[in-house]
Amino acid sequence: MSIHAANFRELRLDRLCRDFGTHNAVKDVSLTIRQGEFIALLGPSGCGKSTTLNLIAGLLPATGGGIWLDEKRIDPLRPEERGFGMVFQNYALFPHMTVRKNIGFGLKMRGVARAESDRRVAEAVAMVRLQGQEEKLPGQLSGGQQQRVAIARAIAVQPPLVLMDEPLSNLDAKLRLEMRAEIRRIHNTLGATTIYVTHDQEEALSLADRIVVMRDGQIRQVGGPEDLFSRPDHLDVAEFMGFRNKVSGRVASVADGLATVTVGGLGLVGRVRTPVRPGEAAHVSIRPEDLHPVRDGDPGLPAKVVSTEFHGREFVGFARMADDTPLTFLADSRIPHGTDIRLAAQPDSVLVFGEGA
Amino acid sequence: MSAPATTTPAIPLGQRLAARGLDGLTLLVLPAVLFLLALFIYPFLYGLFLSFTPKAGGALANYQRFFSDSFLYGTIATTLWLALPVTIATLLLAIPIAFRVRLMRHQRLLTTILVIPITLGTVLVAEGLLNYLGPQGWFNRTLMTLGIISSPVKLLHNYWGVMLSLVITGFPFTFLLTLSYLTGVDPALEQAGATLGAGPWDRFRHILLPLLLPGLAITFCLSFVQAFSVFPSAVLLGAPAGPTRVISIAAYQAAFEEYDYSMASAVAMIMGVVQLVIVVAVLGARGLLYRGPAGGGKG
Repeated sequence: MSIHAANFRELRLDRLCRDFGTHNAVKDVSLTIRQGEFIALLGPSGCGKSTTLNLIAGLLPATGGGIWLDEKRIDPLRPEERGFGMVFQNYALFPHMTVRKNIGFGLKMRGVARAESDRRVAEAVAMVRLQGQEEKLPGQLSGGQQQRVAIARAIAVQPPLVLMDEPLSNLDAKLRLEMRAEIRRIHNTLGATTIYVTHDQEEALSLADRIVVMRDGQIRQVGGPEDLFSRPDHLDVAEFMGFRNKVSGRVASVADGLATVTVGGLGLVGRVRTPVRPGEAAHVSIRPEDLHPVRDGDPGLPAKVVSTEFHGREFVGFARMADDTPLTFLADSRIPHGTDIRLAAQPDSVLVFGEGA
Repeated sequence: MSAPATTTPAIPLGQRLAARGLDGLTLLVLPAVLFLLALFIYPFLYGLFLSFTPKAGGALANYQRFFSDSFLYGTIATTLWLALPVTIATLLLAIPIAFRVRLMRHQRLLTTILVIPITLGTVLVAEGLLNYLGPQGWFNRTLMTLGIISSPVKLLHNYWGVMLSLVITGFPFTFLLTLSYLTGVDPALEQAGATLGAGPWDRFRHILLPLLLPGLAITFCLSFVQAFSVFPSAVLLGAPAGPTRVISIAAYQAAFEEYDYSMASAVAMIMGVVQLVIVVAVLGARGLLYRGPAGGGKG
């Protein structure tokens, strides 16, 4: 395989900003990406992750800060001068060109000789396993095949950087898993550097070497998947990493990185993630899969069951506390609506955040 | 249902018709059909027959007369010589303006301004041009004051007067159609082109133009048919006895100066055939183009 990524050391975003009128879509985003990394920009819609990607691609001009590829400042360059490969959410295949012409378009624009171009198109086609489909028009392909063409088109020019904007969001669940593995395989084979935008934390966790969690146009936390998953630094990040239960209480005591937070008369013990002091208000985050009903008499958060859903291997229960705080938990069996229960979690799986977090 | 008892239960007629798309709603088409029959099909057939019943001579006498008299058959070339350049000029004007307007924030305002000529009507535009372009009009006076020309440019009562007025009145229509075809092209395609290294010209040539061409072909046909049936501006701004003696003037003269409706019908039929030939040729060429969706994928 002679397709390989062009060489560079690092891509650096330096206090990058993008305003739309008075709205700051991206604010002071600084990030260094090393060659060969698979970076996921993760966040809810409207958090600025796609805007950041478009700024890197050059499809949007930045309103502040700069982008550097090694020692070269690239943010004044137009997209066609940057030479990054991009995979669009709706694929953006040229509908009037065959698969072969779509994939060869970038090579043609770069004036690559015919024979060389044919060879590289064939390699890209093989890379995404689309042999035999070269003469078809995009409209004749399935969604997954179109996605492969879009990837092949982006990598055929051997770009230093491949940008992907929620590439899997238009595919069905099964295909999504399949293409996820494909994308990682292609990234590894090419030795490419990939920036991947997604709102799906599972996608980010399974694909990326490093995840950049964004919220309100700013970076909240950067870290490896395992790191983010178990040690989120921020309440938002925790919520995004599956800590769906959020209850508020008051700190009773802090010791050895563990805090006891009083919620509804009960002392919940958890790991301190942002500084808290006794007497202050605090938030407690727990994953549904770590929250279970306890036997009568054992201590736990009192709540009333709203409903239970069967999810195949387990039951997912929904309950409300006296102050209407919703709780989601795992149960072994269906619990009748209206049952009073107590829910508890191991201190290790409980996170405590200060009020300001 | 009082259908006769059969061995297999018959599906009611109404249901079968509905399955083929015929139901009560279909009746709503009737007024339109009657309208078309009364105001289009019947007059057309009437004219066609009328053209074969000349005042004197055999059934084809009108056509023989038309094609043997250069004063008559020459109008085809005269009209084509006006209509084709006008159509091409309006298209060539509309494409870049539509490209620019597409990216503008106050698109609606600008579109409204550009479309105003459509509401004015040919005669008002012609009157305006008569004043504006006349020997004492602003146009010539400005150019003379600036010293660009020493004597007034003659832009009225000749080919250029008609040409200008047709471009002005035809432009809004061409522009609106072009704009709508252009906005139908997924903007992500251009962005994809840019990330693949295509500059503005390559993006236009390889991506937008091929996707626009089928629409431009339709726009061409509609604008051409409009320009080909030019009458008011050819009379008001042109030289109706000479260089802008278009085919509709020939038909008018046959009908209202010679009172030969049969001849006038023949001219009208010839006019229709010429338009048809051009339109069929353009649409035929369009058939060779890609005509699928102008979007980038599912979505």
